[in-house]
Amino acid sequence: MRLVFVTAFFLFAATGLVCAETDAEVNARRNALDVAGAFTNDGFKLRDGHWCGTLKSADRSLIAVNLFAGNQYWFSVGTTDPAKKIAVNVYDESGRLLTTEHYDGGDRAAAGYSPSDSGQYFVSIDLLDGNASSFCLIYSYK
Amino acid sequence: MIVWRQAALLLMPVVAGALVGAEPTKLAPDQMAKAARTDMITIPTPGELFAALQKPSKPNWTGAYRGPIPTTYKNRAQLALNLGGLIADGFIAVEAQDSQQVKNIGSDVIKMAKALGVSQNVLSRGNSINDFAETNQWGSLQEELEATQNEVKNSMQSHSDQDLVILVSIGGWIRGTQVVSGSVAANYDERSAKVLRQPALVNFIHAKLNDVSPQLRNDPLVRNVSDQLTTLENLVAFPRGKVPSIDDVRKVNGVVTELMREIQSKSDAK
Repeated sequence: MRLVFVTAFFLFAATGLVCAETDAEVNARRNALDVAGAFTNDGFKLRDGHWCGTLKSADRSLIAVNLFAGNQYWFSVGTTDPAKKIAVNVYDESGRLLTTEHYDGGDRAAAGYSPSDSGQYFVSIDLLDGNASSFCLIYSYK
Repeated sequence: MIVWRQAALLLMPVVAGALVGAEPTKLAPDQMAKAARTDMITIPTPGELFAALQKPSKPNWTGAYRGPIPTTYKNRAQLALNLGGLIADGFIAVEAQDSQQVKNIGSDVIKMAKALGVSQNVLSRGNSINDFAETNQWGSLQEELEATQNEVKNSMQSHSDQDLVILVSIGGWIRGTQVVSGSVAANYDERSAKVLRQPALVNFIHAKLNDVSPQLRNDPLVRNVSDQLTTLENLVAFPRGKVPSIDDVRKVNGVVTELMREIQSKSDAK
């Protein structure tokens, strides 16, 4: 499985060239994959897609996802210097903040959630400490 | 509740059940409206749908197989829709742990990808699918199938075929929903039925389809898909917490089965 993870990382890096991502975004994705790798070891399947952008202080990055009841999900986010601390949270379709499992690793973080209803959810990324930075979100499920 | 094993050991510190930072407890409607929505994150893979389906009880995956479909269509929109459906078939074969079926589907995926003129990178995926199937690496095969689909989409975008990208996703969603609704209808279970609630997802893919060029939008097959997505959006819009009844499930299955029949049928296909 570790081989698959490493292979996936290099495939992602190659895809990054196609998408003309910046070096900072590639590094952010590497950090996100570092976090997601542990979940992969626990049987979570890693989605091939990712979402990269710029995280600014006093600004929130938000993406809509569609989740299925019965599955377990982890949303892993990586950033790069000068971001120091980020938070990842999950909201339901009415915008209500959900109680999730959390991994907090400073410039990388993850939120785990098991929906009881299928439908649309929102994943937010907030910069809690540090300055504007590239970020990358990936997610895994089982 | 998420079960922690190795992840809990590897990822310290983990704060369970905590809310981190000073986030608001409620998003404003305009924040949700402006949230990013992307093909690769917002649209789930058939693998995610199938993973949820098999939690309550193991479905009859081999019973969900369909006969071989043509791999040559003159209409590129139809090719893209069928390519998405075929990739969903690949996920079914992986769930069934049927290596020969995976190889057959992988071969057909590559034939369709060639017909669409996608890059050489995609074609090399066929070898990887074969290799993983030979060695029964089912988890890796799921990732490879999604990677193949994304490679096709990337190639389409770089060849100014971006309008076809959403058709690949729609084809996969229709085929996946056909299989799931068929399985739930055949062996009704409330927990399984809950996976069919996907109004925002159908709304998203429908909105993307409405953004394609007028020429593609007026293609008879694409127009029919668009019309049926309107119907489906209503059929899968169950209130939160409500479990779809068996009649609800049958209605969804009836619409997607008819739509799938139209997508895969072509009088001039070889």
